Amino acid sequence: MAALAHLRRGFVQIAFVVLGIAIINFFLLRLAPGDAAQVMAGEAGSATPEYMAALRRQFGLDQPLHVQFFSYLKNVLTLNLGYSFRQGLPVSELIAHRVGPTLLLMGASIGFAITVGGTLGFLAARHAGKAADTIISILALLFYATPVFWVGVMLVVVFSVALDWLPVGGMITIEAGHTGLAYAWDVAQHLVLPTLTLGLFYLAIYTRLMRASMLEVYGQDFVRTARAKGVRAHRIAVRHVLRNALLPIVTTLGVQLGSVLGGAILVETVFSWPGLGRLAFEALFQRDLNLLLGILFCSSIVVVLINLAVDVIYTLLDPRISLGGTP
Amino acid sequence: MSLITLAAPTPHAAPRSGFLWRLLRRPSGVVGLLLLAAIIAVAASAPLLYPDDPLDMVAQPFLWPGQDAAYPLGTDMMGRDIASGIFHGARVSLLIGAVAASVSLLIGTATGALAGYYGGRTDAALMRVTELFQTIPPFLFALAIVAILQPSIPTITLAIGITAWPSLARLVRAEVLKLRNGELVQASIALGAGDLRIIVLHILPNTLAPIIVSASILVASAILTESSLAFLGLGDPNVVSWGGMVGAGREVLRTDWYIATLPGLAIVVAVLALNLLGDGLNDALDPKGERRA
Repeated sequence: MAALAHLRRGFVQIAFVVLGIAIINFFLLRLAPGDAAQVMAGEAGSATPEYMAALRRQFGLDQPLHVQFFSYLKNVLTLNLGYSFRQGLPVSELIAHRVGPTLLLMGASIGFAITVGGTLGFLAARHAGKAADTIISILALLFYATPVFWVGVMLVVVFSVALDWLPVGGMITIEAGHTGLAYAWDVAQHLVLPTLTLGLFYLAIYTRLMRASMLEVYGQDFVRTARAKGVRAHRIAVRHVLRNALLPIVTTLGVQLGSVLGGAILVETVFSWPGLGRLAFEALFQRDLNLLLGILFCSSIVVVLINLAVDVIYTLLDPRISLGGTP
Repeated sequence: MSLITLAAPTPHAAPRSGFLWRLLRRPSGVVGLLLLAAIIAVAASAPLLYPDDPLDMVAQPFLWPGQDAAYPLGTDMMGRDIASGIFHGARVSLLIGAVAASVSLLIGTATGALAGYYGGRTDAALMRVTELFQTIPPFLFALAIVAILQPSIPTITLAIGITAWPSLARLVRAEVLKLRNGELVQASIALGAGDLRIIVLHILPNTLAPIIVSASILVASAILTESSLAFLGLGDPNVVSWGGMVGAGREVLRTDWYIATLPGLAIVVAVLALNLLGDGLNDALDPKGERRA
């Protein structure tokens, strides 16, 4: 079955990414000052000497390079990413705890960017060359040039400090102890500013993309035919043009996942959102380099997995796209 | 390709068709060039207008903009002159942006050209690597590199450069694929030209337009990445950086929000200038766009 072949290709891709990142992480660890055991234990002697000796043995630091690499790879493949002394938990467990909030933030931001950006791009294309188009295009350019972290800081100034409408940071009001719907509402309130912050940059991208994509479809023959048949302008825009213009948007989504995850680091730092990005910042601050590399590893895997899921959904949406075809 | 082709006198009624002229006819090109010129002027005049180290304490802290004529943009919580920081920060941003973009251009163009030209296994292998670099979240990757190598201008530049090239590689590969089986290249092969000669002399000059546009966008995104790294505390501690100034200003956001606001505006202007210039270049270099205009 074609879908199976597609999944198999996906697994080959994952295997390649795992291998590639393992190689990159391995060399990054070697570049760090001190030997890998010191880095893995987190600097400044927070680990016991016994643990250091065990680490050196485990990673065979007295062995030749290729032996060291294979033992590193073996550890990575069994998801043994080491232990974080700073946080007092295994790295894989720390990361597992933090993936959820990051996925929530990414999902909300991408959803916001695609719906609002798509709508703005649609409107700009419908009114190409008019005032609405110019205003939307200028806004998109501005959002595209504004650093994510600065948007976050400015939104905090306006909505949390000056107006006091929304919480400054965090994911829940801890002392409130909400459950059920009240909990969901609480999280939603905390989610608004981080979503806007991360979403505005991608909103700009989707606005520009949607506009360009719609204008391209407008130039095609079947649109002219529809117009000649006397179909009304609004119906052409929605039924003929919009539907076909959506395809490049889904494609771009896949390419940008990694970048969205990178942006999440900044947003989570600004809003103390308890996700992978915040964990990365803590690791950075505590010079827990092994934890940082573990996050790099796991977030790349997350990107591959989401891409795979998007691919499968894509083929379900558009029967013309063949599974497993060469690009 | 010469950038300025206005020198030859044009026939009377015919529209002028020089590259610079076409660029200057687009609003995005003009505004982009003007803003970029302003930033370069700011960067160039920094040592003349503010000869002292921008990291020095020069006045009382928390002077609001306009409060003291000697410090038009005020001072931060350490009594450092914000205007001086912004002027000197422009130098750092432009330097890192330009050099990091050159590194990306070099890697991206070479990878794309080789993959597109040789095809087959070379292409498959190079594209696999490109995909890998696209999968690893670029910002997180750059952050890890800088954290491990210790932040300094060279390590930051390198980290940004080696994480930002994949999209350019794909673009160049697609362009090279278009030319690969064209008459020009086929004729050169028939004449016995070597691969390197064909790639450098015949293929790359014809892919210059998208590369020039990308260069401008690459500098813009390198400036954004540098400021983001500095915001997280991964800036070179010995130089002032716009992102670092925003990060420091966060501490006093509730009372003195101008400290985080002003350097952020500088980043927006710089990135906007380069993006606009990219847009303008894209229109000016695109022959289809020319026919439409």
